[in-house]
Amino acid sequence: MKARFQAGDRVRVLHLGKTGHIRTPFYVRGRTGTVTELCGYFLNPEELAVGNTAGPVVPLYRVSFPQTELWPDYQGPAHDALSIEIYDHWLAAG
Amino acid sequence: MSHSHDHTHDHGHDGAHAPHPALVVEDEAGNLEGQIIIDALQNILVRKNLLAPEEVTQEIEKIESPGVHLGAKIVARAWVDPAFKERLLANGKSAAAELGIKVGEAQLIVVENTEALHNLICCTLCSCYPRSILGQPPSWYISKAYRARAVREPRAILGEFGLDLPNDIELIVHDSNADMRYLVLPQRPAGTEGMSEAQLAELVTRDCMIGVAKVAPPAQGAS
Repeated sequence: MKARFQAGDRVRVLHLGKTGHIRTPFYVRGRTGTVTELCGYFLNPEELAVGNTAGPVVPLYRVSFPQTELWPDYQGPAHDALSIEIYDHWLAAG
Repeated sequence: MSHSHDHTHDHGHDGAHAPHPALVVEDEAGNLEGQIIIDALQNILVRKNLLAPEEVTQEIEKIESPGVHLGAKIVARAWVDPAFKERLLANGKSAAAELGIKVGEAQLIVVENTEALHNLICCTLCSCYPRSILGQPPSWYISKAYRARAVREPRAILGEFGLDLPNDIELIVHDSNADMRYLVLPQRPAGTEGMSEAQLAELVTRDCMIGVAKVAPPAQGAS
């Protein structure tokens, strides 16, 4: 799978409604951030957790969100951010 | 490792809440349920000659031998060698390997604290932590309170650790939820100009490399 996004791209985290070994926490779902880096290509942990080690690997991105985007009542300054890794299939172009 | 289990299991919990079981269940004698199950399994495997007790000991040593000293060594080298620091920030795993330190995780992302930027590490989903260079995480790191609040109100958390971060300093929280592991490269404190790399490494604490503290300057009178 080719990486769909690159550093600087705006992305939105999807609500995939999946259960199991999900590595995308709820607090970033539906939020819009900016890709800061393509971390590489990794086996999907959702598949690994059920014993599927055959792949394919999927792109993993580091995505940065302003804290005020995640928490409308955030108490700190506007430049504070949260950085988190999101697998390709959880992202849409923002 | 094993101990006797002559207790009964009548987990009343406290009231009718508990939609899901407690993360850690302990009886009055302090026995962890998970530990009891592991002990029983280990006894069976040893009795059937599928496992030798020495193998268990070796694995425990392998898990517990990495410690904060490895992370501190990396930080001290980065403080005294700017070229190493550049390589460390570009690729943590290969830079650590230069010092003979093997990073077991997929990749080590080193984030640098500066006058204008502070980094804080957490793992909201479980307890992801750069174990191969910092050892096992402290209990507060894996507590639900830290995991929830580090992303929700990080500046309040820092304040509780005694670090009041001025608002003009940008704070980036890294939620290590997937394949990367993170290490904070703290700022080198003032008053350390004459110190050797080994002396510098002794100043670097675990909390500084998680980002809940700054490196304290050397005590007055220390050489």
